[in-house]
Amino acid sequence: MPKRLMVVLVFAGIFATAGGGVCRSGEYSAGASDSEIKIGNTMPYSGPASGYSAIGKSLSAYFAMINDQGGINGRKINFISRDDGYSPPKTVEAVRKLVEEDQVLMVFQSLGTPPNLAIRGYLNDNKVPQLFVGSGADQWNDPKRYPWTMGWQPSYGTEARIFARYVLDNLPDAKIAALYQNDDFGKDYVNGMRAGLGDKAGKMIVATQSYETTDPTVDSQVSALQASGADVLLTAAIPKFTTLAIRKVYDLGWRPTQFVNSVSTSVGSVMKPAGVEKSAGVMSATYTKDPSDPRWHDTPEYQDWLAWMKKYNSSVNVADALAVYGYATAQTLVAVLKASGDNLTRDHVMEVAASLHDLRLPMLLPGITISTGADDYAPIKQMQLQKFDGNSWKVFGDVIKGSGR
Amino acid sequence: MEKRIAAPEILAEAPAAASASGWRWVGIVAIIVIAAALPFALSKYHVFELTMVMIYAIAVLGLNILTGYNGQISLGHGGFFAVGAYTAAILMHRYGVPYWATLPPAALIGFALGVLFGLPALRFEGPYLALVTLAMALATPQLLKYFDTWTGGQQGINLVKPMPPAGLGIDRDRWLYFVALVVLLLAIRIAANILHGRTGRAFVAIRDHPIAAAAMGIDTAKYKTLAFGTSTLFTAVAGALAAIVIGYVSPEGYSLFLSISFLVGSAVGGIATIGGAIVGGFFIQFVPNLANDISDAAPWAIYGLAMLFFMYTMPRGVVGTLGPWLMRFFATRKTAAPFAARRSEGA
Repeated sequence: MPKRLMVVLVFAGIFATAGGGVCRSGEYSAGASDSEIKIGNTMPYSGPASGYSAIGKSLSAYFAMINDQGGINGRKINFISRDDGYSPPKTVEAVRKLVEEDQVLMVFQSLGTPPNLAIRGYLNDNKVPQLFVGSGADQWNDPKRYPWTMGWQPSYGTEARIFARYVLDNLPDAKIAALYQNDDFGKDYVNGMRAGLGDKAGKMIVATQSYETTDPTVDSQVSALQASGADVLLTAAIPKFTTLAIRKVYDLGWRPTQFVNSVSTSVGSVMKPAGVEKSAGVMSATYTKDPSDPRWHDTPEYQDWLAWMKKYNSSVNVADALAVYGYATAQTLVAVLKASGDNLTRDHVMEVAASLHDLRLPMLLPGITISTGADDYAPIKQMQLQKFDGNSWKVFGDVIKGSGR
Repeated sequence: MEKRIAAPEILAEAPAAASASGWRWVGIVAIIVIAAALPFALSKYHVFELTMVMIYAIAVLGLNILTGYNGQISLGHGGFFAVGAYTAAILMHRYGVPYWATLPPAALIGFALGVLFGLPALRFEGPYLALVTLAMALATPQLLKYFDTWTGGQQGINLVKPMPPAGLGIDRDRWLYFVALVVLLLAIRIAANILHGRTGRAFVAIRDHPIAAAAMGIDTAKYKTLAFGTSTLFTAVAGALAAIVIGYVSPEGYSLFLSISFLVGSAVGGIATIGGAIVGGFFIQFVPNLANDISDAAPWAIYGLAMLFFMYTMPRGVVGTLGPWLMRFFATRKTAAPFAARRSEGA
């Protein structure tokens, strides 16, 4: 009798497992299971680039909301974000820990150009997706050599070409000065500007000055640029230095037409610290909605965003553009994971990420969509010009498609 | 830091010397056997971490020679670490030199730069020298960006990962672990040879009393420069190894903080010891991560607390404090008998 009972139990067990298999026949790589999807990330929570950590907080906050709503196809997201202090050796260490110890499905939105360059080889060698890289360098759109690495935002060069287009159309006699961070991030803008101006570049660009992220101020650079007699200033800098530059330009009594790059347009962390009377009139280009622009405030998209900010992301300023950035990148990932269904292998997730078609996100500007292909790893290629009115950014003109690469 | 041996202890040391050094050899062999077996018991990631520990240990060993034994404080060793790293990276990337062959040039350049740096440093003492070397640490990332045709600027240089010799049947991480282990053992052997000999005594004499040292006929300028060169040689080799293991170099990796980490590691381990360098390597590699695991919000406060803890409880560093204590423990046990015998003879 006990023997027969055991046989019954064994059969019941077999049926139970088989049944479980039928109701969710998932295919998985490391990092995914019936109940969980592990996502790895590195972020400068400390060090000179720690201003970007608002992105990391926003990503965590978004996944917390997704999990509260039941996860993605029934699976909870386990988002593991590590501090690398923007130091590439530390990034390598953190990413190896994520891949080998934590066994994440992918590395998502790791921040910064050098940190991502440091891990690109490792992740591609090991066929681990490096999805939606947190950097606007042109290099992330190189699917032939790095099929596991994909960018997200419009590249810096694309953005500078849009500025050049505006200058050529509206200020044909301009004398342009550029303040740039002394690295490829800064140089991408200056080169993009040159490319956009074409054969007029030599005549129109009258002065360039660079700074180092370790510099205490950019006062001397700004003074030198003013002395060049320029009437257009392009500042290609990270948020802290953009604030310093805007303040110094105003304090010197210099009133050029100013362009700042899109990574440094946060009202909360750039424009307000610079002083709104000093930052009014500054121009930039964007692809996301500015949360402090009242024209969005009655839309359901904004209301959803605000509700999420209040409930899940209250440590980040509601006016912070980095929170929008984190929100939108997290949504892109969620869209990819949803579309991947029960096939959560690294191959399939990458395939899905490379076949997005006109994906619309609530906090991207109307008309701007996300599209990718097997040979197109640049999800966002459009932008719109905008001007800061002392209170919020106002977009103007049409959505312009940059040439990408 | 100072080691003043009282007269009776010297008497005690003589009969104990043979057995103490015997114990010492047993210990050393045991440590090497464990170090060689360890990678097969650990995951690849932990092997990688330990490889980094050994690399930092070599760098700290270099700093110990300069700061601990010769009394010259350097806040710029991160710069020499970077010099080694870029020497390896440029040789591998531009000239296709195999990774192992980049270590001797890195050592040579590290030594030459150290000697050049040591010459003006002769005029500075204590905090003034610290400031001069601080300049090196501050300038390094910017210089690396400035010479971007060689260094790749901000984007740095991606290196081809070294392959373990075919037929050995071990993976890349374990192979690099053994490469680092061999270099570390070699570095310790060389450091011990230098420091326990005539040159080392000259270093220490200059540290303790430069005027007396000069009066005894020690060429202080020569030995101070030599200490600088030897020190930066070790650190540059460590930098080259780090570049090979990480597979990427860029200016962000060699900030002022790296130089300070080396000094912290050196002080925590024991500034005038050789073994302390290994403790320092562990501290540099693990304490920031541990601090991060304990508190996301204030990892550097935890790091600071760890430093305070070590400095309060072991002001001469872990090895500097525990080392003599252990020695005494073994020495008294072994010497108790002959002492008693001698005393009874006299009575």
